[in-house]
Amino acid sequence: MKRQIPLLLTFLTGVAIIISFFIPHKPFNQVQDTLLDWFIIISGFALLLGIYSLLRKHIIHIQKKDAGWGYSLILNSFFVGVFIVGIISAVQFKGMSLTPGSSLYYVYDYMVIPLSATMFSLLAFFIASAAYRAFRARKLNATLLLIAAVVVMLGRVPIVDNAFFKFLGQFSDWFMLIPQMAAKRGILIGIALGSFAMSLRIILGIERTYLQ
Amino acid sequence: MKAQTKEKIESEASNVATAKSFSQWFHKGRINILVLIILFGSFFFIYVRMAKGKKLFIRKIAGLDAVEEAVGRSTEMGKPVLYCPGIGYLSDIATIASLTILGKVAKKTAEYETRIIMPNYDPLVMSAAQEIVKQSYTEGGRPDSFNEKDIFYLTQDQFGFAAGVDGIIMREKPGAIFFQGVFFAESLILAETGHSVGAIQIAGTDRVTQLPFFIASCDYTLIGEEMFAASSYLSRDPIMMGSIKGEDASKLTIVILIIVGAILGILGGLNIGPFGNWFYNFTNWFTRG
Repeated sequence: MKRQIPLLLTFLTGVAIIISFFIPHKPFNQVQDTLLDWFIIISGFALLLGIYSLLRKHIIHIQKKDAGWGYSLILNSFFVGVFIVGIISAVQFKGMSLTPGSSLYYVYDYMVIPLSATMFSLLAFFIASAAYRAFRARKLNATLLLIAAVVVMLGRVPIVDNAFFKFLGQFSDWFMLIPQMAAKRGILIGIALGSFAMSLRIILGIERTYLQ
Repeated sequence: MKAQTKEKIESEASNVATAKSFSQWFHKGRINILVLIILFGSFFFIYVRMAKGKKLFIRKIAGLDAVEEAVGRSTEMGKPVLYCPGIGYLSDIATIASLTILGKVAKKTAEYETRIIMPNYDPLVMSAAQEIVKQSYTEGGRPDSFNEKDIFYLTQDQFGFAAGVDGIIMREKPGAIFFQGVFFAESLILAETGHSVGAIQIAGTDRVTQLPFFIASCDYTLIGEEMFAASSYLSRDPIMMGSIKGEDASKLTIVILIIVGAILGILGGLNIGPFGNWFYNFTNWFTRG
């Protein structure tokens, strides 16, 4: 019973969603929206569970004085600080705590966004190191990859305006549109069919690992 | 009947008829999707039925064969295993596929008595993952080794999550890292950090744009459908393997349709007979709805 009920619920939900896709009539056309509302409500409660998990982990770190417990202290302090700022902003701006001019907006604008941008900017260095390893012409495949990459890069960003770079531009467009797109679509078809088979396995209860 | 404005100016009767819209019981524009679902679904059922009690062949997937090697290497080095399910939600099929792989990886870590660390982006994924790992440890005969606190929530900010996972990689220095699920721009940041600590890395995602980054930085990469096949591949269950065969039959059908479309397109382009019309109708049928 412990397994049968979740499996039955999964089956009924899956079938209801499929039916609602083909029947735009009441009540079927409302099934997806209703389930989406339920999902949002459950996610809201799950977020509380997530916050509890995070804070508990770091409080234990601080209590045990584990290595790097100072970081846990910073995390917990900032959590409490931003939470208070959020409440104050919500009171000041009648629930719209992220309104421009609010304290929370200030925290978001001057702390969260720059921190995210910093992490994102690291990508430039990581791309360089990954490309260096990937493009080392040790094997035939790697050599072909290197040639294709150099041609596409020069074609996309021509150094000078002459016939050779114009040709490279046209060649890189062809390369991206035909061979690259063919490979990409092959992978996409595989992904679509894989998702379809996986969904059927879940709806029919063949795949049960996620229910353990 | 004539319409009248406030100024008593009458309009001329028009030929426009009145109409009333009403909900349809079937979306006719989606009949193509229904036909393909029935066709591909039939392949699925036929092969699942045929597979019962049989040993089916499935090509080797290096990334999945390396799971045991990766966990074993971690154990020998006395380092933990890091499992990252990406920044997808529980409603993403790739995240569900990731959780099925997690079950198999956790069973191995339980058998080898190796610690598994799993930071999460979505609290719902965290709850599901905790239950899966707990069950895997029970099945692996080590329920006491399961530590719920190692499967924890981090943040729902994309780069905050990347920073958090990078921090864990640098501090814990895991021997093996699994990146399985939905990834976006943070994929390379995570994979390169993992590479810098010398971990054996097995990645898998259904995001085509992130695959090159994983291929460049990781030791093994599950490309799209391989990730969805992972659970069947690792379990070797005949019924699950049958579903993969059904998937292959669907793929063959698509290849045939592409070839038919290409021939019709070429002949139509050369203005030979009615092929141009046929090609138009053929492609139109697939793009409707």
